[in-house]
Amino acid sequence: MHELSIMQGALNQALFEARQSGARRIHEIHLRIGVLSGVVPDALQFAFEAIAAGTPAEGAALTIENVPARFWCAACEREFEAANFFAECPGCHACGGELRAGRELELTSVVID
Amino acid sequence: MCEHCGCGLPGAEPVTISDHHHEHEHAHSHNHDHPHEHSHGHEHDESAAAGEERRTIEVRRAILEKNNLLAERHRGFFRARGLLVLNILSSPGSGKTTLIEETIRRLENRLKTGVIVGDLATDNDARRLRACGAPVVQINTGTVCHLDSQMVGGALKQLDLTGLQLLIIENVGNLVCPASYDLGEDLRVVLLSVTDGEDKPLKYPPIFQSANAVVISKLDLAKACDFNREMALANLRHLAPAAGVFELSAKTGQGMEAWCDYVLQQHQAAKTRDPLRV
Repeated sequence: MHELSIMQGALNQALFEARQSGARRIHEIHLRIGVLSGVVPDALQFAFEAIAAGTPAEGAALTIENVPARFWCAACEREFEAANFFAECPGCHACGGELRAGRELELTSVVID
Repeated sequence: MCEHCGCGLPGAEPVTISDHHHEHEHAHSHNHDHPHEHSHGHEHDESAAAGEERRTIEVRRAILEKNNLLAERHRGFFRARGLLVLNILSSPGSGKTTLIEETIRRLENRLKTGVIVGDLATDNDARRLRACGAPVVQINTGTVCHLDSQMVGGALKQLDLTGLQLLIIENVGNLVCPASYDLGEDLRVVLLSVTDGEDKPLKYPPIFQSANAVVISKLDLAKACDFNREMALANLRHLAPAAGVFELSAKTGQGMEAWCDYVLQQHQAAKTRDPLRV
């Protein structure tokens, strides 16, 4: 639901970076979005097209890397990727893992000229 | 179009923040930095552009950096005051306001409590909560589907914090968007009412996954709803294994004592923690 404002925030940061570098156009925007971030990548794509029009990012490719949820199991001393959002360790089947990745909402890079 | 969710509603409604001492409402323009990048009325020569070297700028910044930084600033402010701050989240109609009312009443002589309450419109909740004797600031978000740190910051300026020990932030009723926004709280409390159904945590994993405590509310209706308690608890154990679970009915009072004890314990911990320790 809030993807439009999240995308607006990412676009503002990208435009700022491009301006700082004296860029004329933004060709690519790369994001990392965690599965536990509460944000839907498809909705970001949709929002991007709507808000990039008329900016130096118009027509740019938006690439979204989905970051799976990763937990740390202290008992097994291992990190594991979670299936279905569950923090169940595949080794000991305990559910007390510490979340290490999966909440990302990050602007990773911008390709400009 | 609404700037936040693209829902098609007119999105020009300003966020308003009000307490009962002020008859007027302050309209704060909400913090969307609209990019004022306009095309300059000339076309770039495509062939020249193609000759330009493309460069990659590594940014690696949180999209919600502004919100997160402000939230951390608030967290430091709260800690320095020894204030315990709860961010209460649930779907609309799960009993957030009733739980807060009953919590204020029961802790009346032990914890001085203030409330910041967010809704799209009306001050109905604020009026209910004020009737419990607590200072309350209502945030009307217009069409915005969640509270953010900036709105909370605006509300804090209007809330009488004198002697306050517990601050409860009642978020906009929504199980999706508020999950993404840190408000500087100590604890996220997510409500699952028996009328929501035992599988709600599976349908909305991010918000339940982020919970420090889960309140199963409206327990008095469990039987009428055929609420599967075991299934609900199993789902919560899988998604939020570290979260404390409180089963209660704010209406009948069942389970309220354990919940209030928990809040008191957490306040004790908040009072004695080192404000500089992250």
